[in-house]
Amino acid sequence: MELTSNQTHPAFPTLLSGAVHQESEQTRSQAYTTGRKTVGTPFVDKPRMTCRDVEVYYGEKCAINKISIDVGCNEVLAMIGPSGCGKSTFLRCLNRMNDTVPSCRVVGSICLDETDIYHPSVDVVPLRAQVGMVFQKPNPFPKSIYDNVAYGPRIHGLTKNKVELDEIVETSLIKAGLWEEVKDRLLEPGTGLSGGQQQRLCIARAIAVSPEVILMDEPCSALDPIATARVEELIAELRTQFSIVIVTHAMQQAARVSQRTAYFHLGDLIEVGATDKIFTNPKHRLTEDYITGRFG
Amino acid sequence: MDHHYTFHHELTKLNKKLLKLSATVEERVRRATEVIESKDMDAIQAIIVSDYEVDEMEIDIEEDCLKILALHQPVARDLRFIIAVIKINNEMERIADIAVNIAKRVDNIAKFKHQAAVSYDFSKMSDKVISMLKKSIDSFVNGDATLAKSIFLDDDVVDACRNRCYEDIKERIRKDPDHPGYHINTYLLARHLERIGDRAVNIAEEVIYFVEGTITRFN
Repeated sequence: MELTSNQTHPAFPTLLSGAVHQESEQTRSQAYTTGRKTVGTPFVDKPRMTCRDVEVYYGEKCAINKISIDVGCNEVLAMIGPSGCGKSTFLRCLNRMNDTVPSCRVVGSICLDETDIYHPSVDVVPLRAQVGMVFQKPNPFPKSIYDNVAYGPRIHGLTKNKVELDEIVETSLIKAGLWEEVKDRLLEPGTGLSGGQQQRLCIARAIAVSPEVILMDEPCSALDPIATARVEELIAELRTQFSIVIVTHAMQQAARVSQRTAYFHLGDLIEVGATDKIFTNPKHRLTEDYITGRFG
Repeated sequence: MDHHYTFHHELTKLNKKLLKLSATVEERVRRATEVIESKDMDAIQAIIVSDYEVDEMEIDIEEDCLKILALHQPVARDLRFIIAVIKINNEMERIADIAVNIAKRVDNIAKFKHQAAVSYDFSKMSDKVISMLKKSIDSFVNGDATLAKSIFLDDDVVDACRNRCYEDIKERIRKDPDHPGYHINTYLLARHLERIGDRAVNIAEEVIYFVEGTITRFN
């Protein structure tokens, strides 16, 4: 069943549809998602990543239910939804982070530049360089600022000598908007930086190995508003070179940084669309209810 | 409890305020159209001196909208609701101003020594304009875009009334060329009524945006 619009509004109790209103939240959610089709525009021309009928199971429990979506080139795709909706699980599928969870099983196809990343021949180590990840909490290695950024290029053998490595470190820190703040103290520990700087250091570390896609799992939730603004500006700049998929609970952040927004609900992908459309005129009732705070 | 209770409560309060303003403005327009016929000086003065009430209500609503935008950053239907309220609020205040203009115009006409043997009949036009205004408010209250769209057709009727008035007044001036001021003022009443119709159309456009999320302009 696809529900595309409704007349319900708190300011207009007379508009409450009786049938819908009397159902429990859970019954309503199930009714709307059972057998549903994703509303909107999950697919793009010339995608960087394509995901088709992706299902994720933790043991017997289905966490993601047949999701199909593309990640476009040079776009920021924001994934929003209530806790437990599967957005982080799905994000972690995109660079096989779920491989580290023994009970986790992924079904369906996820391709990066037309290569199935779950094919047995694919080595996850270079894959995770191509599809980098930035986590919720800044997690610099207990090493110097320089070594944090140089770590990836070293283990992936991306440089022949120190000069090249220096260049990658500098370029990555410049791209991450951190160079001016740390260029005089590259040998000091990364953990000595402020939270916002540490997160940008982690972004520099991710981009040092020339990824194609950067996954961000609530990258600003541990940061203050100023550091958040810096990271958001950085995301906008990075988009010109990378594809970015960001999971965020801050809907205004999704609205600010992304070009497309995907709404997840109970393991289903309910709606995908241009961010300005999702936040002004979403097509699905569940999307509307969530972003306007009717539930979640 | 709904964790956005305060925000939704604010929206409900705002809606009530706008409905109160709308009812007040509708009543002002009704009284303004009545004085066209009655030329009741007390009623005319009452309309003119009480305009500040509408202005105060409009400012109060606008302040609430700005506060909600700043504090809650509404999205989707809530955002469209706030935008619609801001714009409809503005239209309502302007309609009340036009009601005052009608009252002043009638006052002006009543002061002419010369009076036409038969006053121009604005009753049909007035009824249509009041009906448009009422429909625009009802369409907002009920989130009824179809009703809002029907106002576009009504506007053609009101425009036709104004055009007929223009022709009739031209004829009256031709027959009674000594009192052009009296006749021109009479015609301007039709202009005022027609402008109220236009503003009801503007409200209807906002209702369509609120309900359907599409920006519509009726020409």
